[in-house]
Amino acid sequence: MGYQLNFAPVWRDFDLLLSGLALGIGMALVSVLLVGNLIGLVAAFAMTSKSATLRRIASIYVTTIRNLPIYFLMLVAFFVLPQQLGVRIDKVHAFVGTLSIYAGAYLTEVYRGALLALPKGLREAGLAIGLTESQTRIWVIIPVMVRNALPALSNNFISLFKDTSVAAAIAVPELTFYARQINNNTFRVIEVWSVCGLIYIVVCYVIAAALRIAERRLAIPR
Amino acid sequence: MDFARFFADLWTARFALLEGVGMTLVISVLSIILGTILGIGVALSLVYGGRIQRFVVRVFLECVRGIPVFVLILACYYLLSQAGIQLTPFQAGVVALTVFCSSHVGENLRGALLALPRGQTEAAKAIGLTFRQTFVYILAPQALRQAVPAWINTAAELVKASTLLSVIGVVELILTTRQIIAIKPRPLEFYFVAGMVYFLICFSIERLGRRAERRLALPS
Repeated sequence: MGYQLNFAPVWRDFDLLLSGLALGIGMALVSVLLVGNLIGLVAAFAMTSKSATLRRIASIYVTTIRNLPIYFLMLVAFFVLPQQLGVRIDKVHAFVGTLSIYAGAYLTEVYRGALLALPKGLREAGLAIGLTESQTRIWVIIPVMVRNALPALSNNFISLFKDTSVAAAIAVPELTFYARQINNNTFRVIEVWSVCGLIYIVVCYVIAAALRIAERRLAIPR
Repeated sequence: MDFARFFADLWTARFALLEGVGMTLVISVLSIILGTILGIGVALSLVYGGRIQRFVVRVFLECVRGIPVFVLILACYYLLSQAGIQLTPFQAGVVALTVFCSSHVGENLRGALLALPRGQTEAAKAIGLTFRQTFVYILAPQALRQAVPAWINTAAELVKASTLLSVIGVVELILTTRQIIAIKPRPLEFYFVAGMVYFLICFSIERLGRRAERRLALPS
């Protein structure tokens, strides 16, 4: 077989790949770390609340989203909803919205588990020193719960970051999109996909390592 | 929304839709079967393999786990044809999903095998079983019992990942839906139908997984 490895075309467009990676990380930060986390926390409290209606709504949200493919959700957000509502949505915004809602459902499960694992005394202690119910949540329960949830969060963050690659299918210019473009323009198939794969692997490792450090720093001393 | 007209369109498209659902199921089932076989190999090499075998399989596993499924699918599609293996999009997709599935199954089964208490192996040795007998009669049944719930969840993951094959031109449910919409422009309704199908498949698998978890839990 006369295939000669030649990485030059890939290096020439390496800045494109990096800009794609930056967009992917940016989308992941906004939709997972910011919005998804917020949705997850709120929905987790809803799921463990006393009100049956709130519990029902939160559990319908989580069950629905967790049982639908992200690619499907993205297509709905990009093709169907804007048309129905008569608005134009930028593809990056459509994907960030999709990933936020998708991440929210998965993070809800994580936080719900962490909430249920907390000792009852924690809330009671907060109330006993005179904090209101919401103050107790924000200043007592959430800090302890998030620290306990960190190991499970780390897996979810990594897999949600990997899901940003799906955005390439609606031409969001992130890493996979550029890899495919370079592939189609230069036919350096082996080179471009090995570089692209390696970038993803390295980023996943970095996320895992960073969260492990955070985990150790923030672990609750016993 | 005019329901009568929509149902007429749905009825016209029924065979195409069924074919799409069938394709999604065929792809998922095929890659689960192949991926499980490969995954068992991965787990056995990681737990019982020699040092080199362990290292090679570990590198494979780490690579597959670090790369998004979508990239895996695209890479398989483009790479295999470059390597002179002419595959249809369907075959390339099954290869990609098989690899993806094997990494999940391998990691899962490895954990289950390693979680077994050493005393089990020692007890088996003490009553004179060979390694093969120990594995078949003592270790494998317990490890499988532990691994089945997560394995069922992997099946749901694969059904969801199979949607991505529409990008390389496999006519599964998503691509079928898009093709139907190109002819009968009712995106909301047809996407809703597709969503319901995915939901029902994944939801039933998830329920099955929970049931298995309850039934198979080791009595403690």
